[in-house]
Amino acid sequence: MLNRPATETQITHFQRIWLYMLVALVFAFLIIPCLIVIPMSFSGSKYLEFPPRSWSLQWYGAYLGSSEWRAATFVSLRAALLTTVFATTFGTLAAYGISRAYGAASSLARGVFMLPMLVPLILVAIGCFFVYAKIGLNGTTTGLVMAHTVLALPFVVIAVLSGLASYDMNQERVAQSLGASRPWAFLTVTLPQIRLSVMSGALFAFVTSFDEVVIALFISGGQNATLTRLMFANIRDQIDPTVAAISSLLIGLSMILLVGSHLLRGREDRK
Amino acid sequence: MTMVLNHPGIADAEPNADALKRRGSRERRALASLTLPGAILIFLVLILPIGWLFWLSFFGPSGEATLENYARMLKPIYVRTFISTFEVAGLVTLVCVLLGYPVAYLLSQLSERTAGLLMIFVVLPFWTSVLVRTYAWLVLLQRTGLVNTWLIDAGVISTPLPLVHNMLGTVIGMVHVMLPFLILPLYASMRAIDPVYMRAAANCGATPSQAFRQVFLPMSLPGLTAGIALVFVLCLGFFVTPALLGGGRVAMWAMQIANNISVYGNWGAASALGVVLLVVTAIILYAFKRLFRVDTFEGVR
Amino acid sequence: MPGRVEIRNIKKAYGSFLALDDVSLDIAPGEFLTLLGPSGSGKTTLLNVLAGFVRPDSGSITIDGAEFLLLPPHKRNLGMVFQNYALFPHMSVRRNVGYPLRLRGVSGAELDRRVEEALGLVQMAHLADRGVNALSGGQRQRVALARAIVFEPSILLMDEPLSALDKKLREHMQLELKRLHDRLGTTTVYVTHDQREALTLSDRIAVVNGGKIVQLGTPDEIYDRPKNKFVADFIGETRFLPVETSTSGALLYGRPLRTRDDWKDGDSDKPWLVIRPERLRWKGDETETANRIEAEATDVIYQGDSYLITVRMPDGIELDLRRGPDLGGKDLPERGQPIQLWLDREHTILVADKS
Repeated sequence: MLNRPATETQITHFQRIWLYMLVALVFAFLIIPCLIVIPMSFSGSKYLEFPPRSWSLQWYGAYLGSSEWRAATFVSLRAALLTTVFATTFGTLAAYGISRAYGAASSLARGVFMLPMLVPLILVAIGCFFVYAKIGLNGTTTGLVMAHTVLALPFVVIAVLSGLASYDMNQERVAQSLGASRPWAFLTVTLPQIRLSVMSGALFAFVTSFDEVVIALFISGGQNATLTRLMFANIRDQIDPTVAAISSLLIGLSMILLVGSHLLRGREDRK
Repeated sequence: MTMVLNHPGIADAEPNADALKRRGSRERRALASLTLPGAILIFLVLILPIGWLFWLSFFGPSGEATLENYARMLKPIYVRTFISTFEVAGLVTLVCVLLGYPVAYLLSQLSERTAGLLMIFVVLPFWTSVLVRTYAWLVLLQRTGLVNTWLIDAGVISTPLPLVHNMLGTVIGMVHVMLPFLILPLYASMRAIDPVYMRAAANCGATPSQAFRQVFLPMSLPGLTAGIALVFVLCLGFFVTPALLGGGRVAMWAMQIANNISVYGNWGAASALGVVLLVVTAIILYAFKRLFRVDTFEGVR
Repeated sequence: MPGRVEIRNIKKAYGSFLALDDVSLDIAPGEFLTLLGPSGSGKTTLLNVLAGFVRPDSGSITIDGAEFLLLPPHKRNLGMVFQNYALFPHMSVRRNVGYPLRLRGVSGAELDRRVEEALGLVQMAHLADRGVNALSGGQRQRVALARAIVFEPSILLMDEPLSALDKKLREHMQLELKRLHDRLGTTTVYVTHDQREALTLSDRIAVVNGGKIVQLGTPDEIYDRPKNKFVADFIGETRFLPVETSTSGALLYGRPLRTRDDWKDGDSDKPWLVIRPERLRWKGDETETANRIEAEATDVIYQGDSYLITVRMPDGIELDLRRGPDLGGKDLPERGQPIQLWLDREHTILVADKS
């Protein structure tokens, strides 16, 4: 087996064994920090240990029992859902406009919608903090959702643009020739066909908002502090095993989202 | 013939020209208006505040116009921050290339199915919150963390190694965050290399390592440079991981900006730092785009 | 009978490129008119102007006397069939065909009846509940056609609807389209680059080149009386030979040429003799000098249903001529042999480069 050729240039598996070992090490490096927290979060002792000597749900209890953590989770979920709605709607509209227009206007718009991805987050954070202070948006859901929507827009626009690129615009034309107005043709013919791209854009938008730390550190606070803000402060100041329980829950959420995005991509490929 | 002569269109050499033009511009306006909600938000949250900060960066604490905020950046403390930021970014990028290239290469040589399955190792970290991963590294690397405990139990060391709250911990944590950003575009570009080229090289008499160096490596460079630009630029403005794993010993640009606000309340200084960071980022991205014709941020995620 | 289209002075420029250069065209009610031309000639642009997907710079289109050009596409009541069918993949065959009816407020039994009827016309009624991805190319084409006619549009537009099908199926579908048109009598504008398809289907053909209609006529007019070299070249397997003009008439390699129509002197362009290989006679009176072509056979190649015979003219020009296996009583020429060919006067046509 090991002496079989492995590549086009007839190198054998045995000659490449160092490569397999290196890649396995990198995979271990990538995956261990994502998984090790989960068993530790079920530890029965007062400290984090691996492997845990006894098991309990005490840290999950601590998380669910704390009104502060619960409120922060609620704030984060609410912001992420609102961000998903706004970013997906605005991003899909913009992507459609960009893809149907041509020339300088189209590439200018494309550039503007890519900006939030290019500007360093810390700069967006202090900029928002500064302007929000003038108009009283710091510590509000509105302000947070506005900022997160802007961060998420590029992901939605990219996803929907790629969906529209592989979509046959004649479909919309034929719908119009059959009697559908342009908006109706978009809703009944185009949107159902690019829905997987829109959904994967929505997924990105949700994650972008839910996981966002830097902006939340500056502009969220008080009653509207996000989960990430609370976690950041907690990790910086002490190692509270409660965070391990929250982290495990977040990792579970990531896995669900990963599977979701994988399914979306798989269905798109089959088309 | 009389029919043609009687036709109203003949009198007017360009019938309907004005009405058609109006409808054309109406349609363009309608399409442009679709981008408006998003564009307005981007203006309010991004362009206006950064423009304001840019304006602010030319004023001192008492409101007088000055270039002091920019002049201050030549002071040793700031220069040290810039140097260490570039050091960390460069080191993280280098480690990412050394670890990421072999991974992307091997994945690109496997069947789509197998590669897709193994991709979970790259994509799961990617979908996991940076904060969660940074926390996990803290748990692993701190004085009483797992790594030190195991090493002591195994008798390799007698006193805990300083693995975190320093440069080492910061680099480890950042590499973990950045590696997927390098592997994903690199893998995509390697996938696009037709294996027929390697066959052709072997057919021409190249040894496997010659074929790799002379054919595969050059063809994978566009993807690699895109990944390098992306990782380097993200490192320059990175905040969360250095703030938590650096333990205050690793001065990064983004933290300097944050400190200027939260500790000193000096908006002018923070703004000037932010503006320079933005300019440096833009220059690097533009340079990569011009030199290597790569669109760094397209196709991520 | 409704469906009279008058296209007047349509101009469309993309930058300095004139896609449509002052095009005017009348289409009679019930007519099957084909826009025939090479790619980039402007034929598809003209069709898209009719459909409302391309906005011209100026011009006018009336249907039954009413201005049409300023209507948005969805208010034009046109059936359109696209090259790639453009069936909606997220709808079944039945829902695809019902889509234009539902937009017009048709529902219930009436909707079902009309969908069935349209599918019946294209012999697709038995597959009504399939998804469109399960259909073959020919079946998709039929469904697209049913969807375009189900709401009884005043005009049917087709943009190279058969070009994605293989040759056999394409020829079969041509006949079906012709029968369907005979039955429905809908005014049809058909775009193609396939001259044989145009000849088969059309009542009239408009040959389009460089954004202009260069010739408009019935298929036999277009084939037998091409107005210029472009039309003659584009239609049929045409060869050309240079012709001299003198006071006594046209001369081909010094031999007199009796032509169907007199060559109008004063035309600055040099005339060309149009040679349709199937119009050549391979046998004739050897004492007859007029309309005789003398050449040397350089290659004789067997191609199953025909021979391909390459001949070289005295001035070195080579012509490939296709000839059926029956050589009109003459033996197959051999390589290097001189051969003689005759053209009847009614098939002797001269064209200029431009007209």
